[in-house]
Amino acid sequence: MSDEDHAWHEAGPERLYVITGGRSGEAAKEPLDLVTLVIARSGPPHGMQPEQAAILRLCTAPISVAEIAAYLGLPFSVVSVLLGDLLAEELVVTRSTVPPVADMGLIKEVIRGLEQL
Amino acid sequence: MGSNSFDAMAGPRPQDVLPDSASVAVKIVVVGGFGVGKTTLVGAVSEISPLTTEETMTQAGAGVDDLFGVEEKDATTVAMDFGRISLNERLVLYLFGTPGQQRFWFLWNGLFDGALGAVVLVDTRRLEASFDVLGRLEEAGVPFIVAVNQFPESPVHPLDEIRAALDLAPDIPLVGADVRRRDSGKDVLLALLRHLHDLAQPLEAR
Repeated sequence: MSDEDHAWHEAGPERLYVITGGRSGEAAKEPLDLVTLVIARSGPPHGMQPEQAAILRLCTAPISVAEIAAYLGLPFSVVSVLLGDLLAEELVVTRSTVPPVADMGLIKEVIRGLEQL
Repeated sequence: MGSNSFDAMAGPRPQDVLPDSASVAVKIVVVGGFGVGKTTLVGAVSEISPLTTEETMTQAGAGVDDLFGVEEKDATTVAMDFGRISLNERLVLYLFGTPGQQRFWFLWNGLFDGALGAVVLVDTRRLEASFDVLGRLEEAGVPFIVAVNQFPESPVHPLDEIRAALDLAPDIPLVGADVRRRDSGKDVLLALLRHLHDLAQPLEAR
């Protein structure tokens, strides 16, 4: 948790409820992790909900769900719901799912990457 | 800039945009009490300025105890800072700094699911604040190491005394760190990864 005071005026519960149509994201087919990488397949169609259009504009290059949430100032849970819609409409694709735990090859790759920092 | 905040929304700086080759992302969770240096550690090693993701905690989710003395509110906001390290052209590591109180962990659905592991950051001035965290990570089966953030003004304790005070099992690495320093932060992450490497060895090869 940041030591700073993060004032957040726009994202009260009522507004978030409206953005997601009252959904909580529990029913998402493809569970999205904080670090799932997302990439847009097209730009926002005309007349799209502003929050979803903003997501598509952020996804022109691979970007994690956590970064999308941070840049838009929306909770991860809300972004997950919006991304679920965009996935269903095939406007975005996910590129990364969370790899299995304790995969030795992956661990070695992370070690090599860190050592080169 | 338009008046609609979502038309003119902030995004990554050009140099913070991941290359198109980025295809696999992994995460490490840094757990620690308020003011112990989680965000400092994340910021010291991150290639981007730490970002903040927030969740709204409703009263129903807040549990029975008070949340920073904020009562009588329908909802409050809890923040989690995170950073990013591109390890190679395809692999990206994210670091999330989360408060030690377990009730916060559920705000970010699956925070620990699929995490490589956790770094428990402790402050020798408040070791007792870490007992709960250690127990809960063990219960959850999340591999972890413990890093002692050695503030210049902190009393210096030998690591074996800290290990005893924490009642930490001998197979769990305990390292000292100055998390303001990038090389020290990197060493903490490498200590976790080497521990994961050991855990991933077949038993007979250890």
